[in-house]
Amino acid sequence: MLSTAESTRASGSSEANEPSEPSRPSRARKSAQDTRVASSVSIALTGSGGSGVMTAGQMLLDAAARGGFQGMMTRSLGPQIRGGEAEAFLRLSASEVTCPGDGVDILIAFDWTSTERFAGEISLKPSSLVLADPELGPAPAMITGSGARRIDLPLKALLAGIPDGRPNMVGLGILAGLIGLPEDSVLAVLNRMLKRKGAEALAASTAGIQAGYAAAADMPADFRLTAAKQAASRWNISGNEAIGVGALRGGVRFVAAYPITPATEILEWLAPNLEHLGGELVQAEDELASINMAVGGSFGGLATLTATSGPGLALMIETLGLSVASETPLVVVNVQRGGPSTGIPTKSEQSDLNIAVYGLHGDAPHIVTATNSVADCVFTAQWSVYLAEALQSPAIVLTDQLLGQTRAIIEAPEGASFVARREVAEGDLENYLRYAVTESGVSPMAIPGTPGGEYVADGLEHTPRGRPSSQAEDHLTQLDKRNRKLELFDYGKHWADIEGDGEIAVVTWGSCTGPAREARVRAEAAGLKVKLISLRLLAPMQTARFEKALKGVKKVLVVEQSHSQQFYHYLRAHYDLPKDVKVLSRPGPLPIRPAHIYERLADWS
Amino acid sequence: MTAMEQAVGAGLQPKDYKSDYKPIWCPGCGDYSVLTSITKALSVLGVARENAAVVSGIGCSSRIPAYTSLYGFHGVHGRALALATGLKIARPDLTVLVTGGDGDGFSIGGNHFLHACRRNVDLTYIVMDNQVYGMTKGQASPTTASEWEGSKLTPHGTGVSPFQPLAVALAAGANFIARGYAGDPNGVARLIVEGVQHPGFSFIQVLSQCVTYRAEQREWRSRVRPSAKEPTANAARASRRILDDDGFTTGIFYLGSRPPYQPVTATDRTLADIEQRFVI
Repeated sequence: MLSTAESTRASGSSEANEPSEPSRPSRARKSAQDTRVASSVSIALTGSGGSGVMTAGQMLLDAAARGGFQGMMTRSLGPQIRGGEAEAFLRLSASEVTCPGDGVDILIAFDWTSTERFAGEISLKPSSLVLADPELGPAPAMITGSGARRIDLPLKALLAGIPDGRPNMVGLGILAGLIGLPEDSVLAVLNRMLKRKGAEALAASTAGIQAGYAAAADMPADFRLTAAKQAASRWNISGNEAIGVGALRGGVRFVAAYPITPATEILEWLAPNLEHLGGELVQAEDELASINMAVGGSFGGLATLTATSGPGLALMIETLGLSVASETPLVVVNVQRGGPSTGIPTKSEQSDLNIAVYGLHGDAPHIVTATNSVADCVFTAQWSVYLAEALQSPAIVLTDQLLGQTRAIIEAPEGASFVARREVAEGDLENYLRYAVTESGVSPMAIPGTPGGEYVADGLEHTPRGRPSSQAEDHLTQLDKRNRKLELFDYGKHWADIEGDGEIAVVTWGSCTGPAREARVRAEAAGLKVKLISLRLLAPMQTARFEKALKGVKKVLVVEQSHSQQFYHYLRAHYDLPKDVKVLSRPGPLPIRPAHIYERLADWS
Repeated sequence: MTAMEQAVGAGLQPKDYKSDYKPIWCPGCGDYSVLTSITKALSVLGVARENAAVVSGIGCSSRIPAYTSLYGFHGVHGRALALATGLKIARPDLTVLVTGGDGDGFSIGGNHFLHACRRNVDLTYIVMDNQVYGMTKGQASPTTASEWEGSKLTPHGTGVSPFQPLAVALAAGANFIARGYAGDPNGVARLIVEGVQHPGFSFIQVLSQCVTYRAEQREWRSRVRPSAKEPTANAARASRRILDDDGFTTGIFYLGSRPPYQPVTATDRTLADIEQRFVI
């Protein structure tokens, strides 16, 4: 087993070390292309910040949603506060889109310098279309070396006669035309967006879009999509907003906030919306304060949340231990970004698994959950609030930049029945014991204001009464109790998403689940039976359930976006894996695409 | 003190706010009398036990919550003000006291002290200042004189100017600033009563001697004197009084009129209304 792991580790690393997507052997791209099952188009818009690529991408997604399509848009940014490089990456389809596509079908580049900075994230192929103004000068190697078809985009000529015409609107018109989106869908989105900006701005943008449509009429028609009837109720939402919705559905009414990329949008979305629901959000002076404010609010009886990213989570760790010891429920959402240290704040990685699961000092059992799609951000956030409250425990929700800042068209999420219900102590509380040793391990919690329930929550080890104690017996009793409440709880089917069946299983988590889902479907179409296991509950470990899920599985492909293979080592530490294990791992922001996963699966058969 | 003693007779007695749990403090520690002052003040205020909470961090004086019969939170080092801020914003109906020492409040918790002063949440923060880390057995704290050589950690003294709690509190925007002395428990109780009654963030520094690591503080008794002046609402005047003082004048130095932190909230939408904006 060890030798298998060693050898696959080496192959995983070699993949991670490849310089950039276009220089990869063409085999992977070819096989992915051949087995494409979803009729989808992947579109990248690159430019400097301020060139309007995000606006154009956003409008295209909105228009596509109105025009009978599904899709998503991820955002990739340079480190600059304003300006710098920006990439909007869309994937549109008539059917469900669970992840960004393998490569880029259509690239509109508004300048080469910005575009080149995404060389590792943009994979072009000979069938791709690259549109750029000839005035930008010679194209970089990432374009010329890809063999992609080139189309000149003479922006000056296209914008002639349009006062204040914007290149991004021409780009939007071209893209909409290339995929066959009805012009009125795009203009409807434009009208709604610019209704307050006045007639001139509207006319300029309308003319730009129409010029784009006219130009697209002469371009290749092989990326046209056919619209389909879509579900009656669909949402257009980002993963970070979806976390906010899930939190509110779960009953969160107190939030303490300190801004950090890429988690800030959760907090900014919650601020006004909590206010309307009678809740409170307070901006703290730092993450040490935000998590302690959250503990205070929860002690006061409200379901409570804070959101952060890696560096903030590192600062919060001590108080997460306080939450464990004092049994004060709390949800901490960690929108992962590249680490360690400040790392890559604007780009995604799955490298906070270790700190989330193992980062607390002492024996500190707690809950760690992971979101695995934009839509799942609603569910997992809500479920995590429910678990934290029911178990009087901190719950760390791991999501990441990719999910958080992706905007997707999703079916309106059903209202799951999980609503925060804390077991509180009420009525006759004579001789009340806050940390009473119960069979379930959960002890009724008195909320301030309840007569007779007065107790002191403490980070010191304590007696059932809550009095500080350094005695071995009290320590063991309370350690057992805190562990037992997490171990005995029935997490039901939500501990993992399991799809398909077969002797090969892809075991993954978080944002790698989308590409793994698609790879599984491709494999099935190619006659290869594959099971997908995406863990939603990372702690406490679900040994029996995992064993059952792996029944009949002979080979496991572990997929994760981490350089040190944190998830693989986590699985090795806690679960029995079959002998034949491969690992597909790369650090962020190198994407893991469906083709990468499919290729590994196909190699195995 | 007569008014106070009369008030005590009205509801719960000071002892009713004490728990039966024995403090870990050394005999002669000033914190015993601060505990007494807190219970007297609560008795005067007539607060029901279940409607008050004491929040603390880590250190000798931070052990106070367990010695009361109130709701309390003994959290992590330096973060008591943050925790109490969350509690008070979530539960504005509660009377929230924050207790701790000079190391907890001005060193590890210094940033929270600044922001609690400027945020002006309606809390009363009682710092038992003994100019030493007692729980870790006698190291210099932010308020220790620079030349104090009593610690193995800083054998030549810290060489660092002491932190000026009242001046910092005023500059940072605290709404009520006072100093008391543990040797005068009734005086401290009065300050706590006024601090709780004054809206916004009230800061009370209590000189609370450590007889174990700073035995010379027994002499504070002869140095401490009550202020002869009435409290001022003028920050410039308060600033002069604080900066001119040798640190041993007790009483209220500043009574600000800044309105306390007031979160904006309404219950005017349902979650369904909010979710509607995502619908295509």
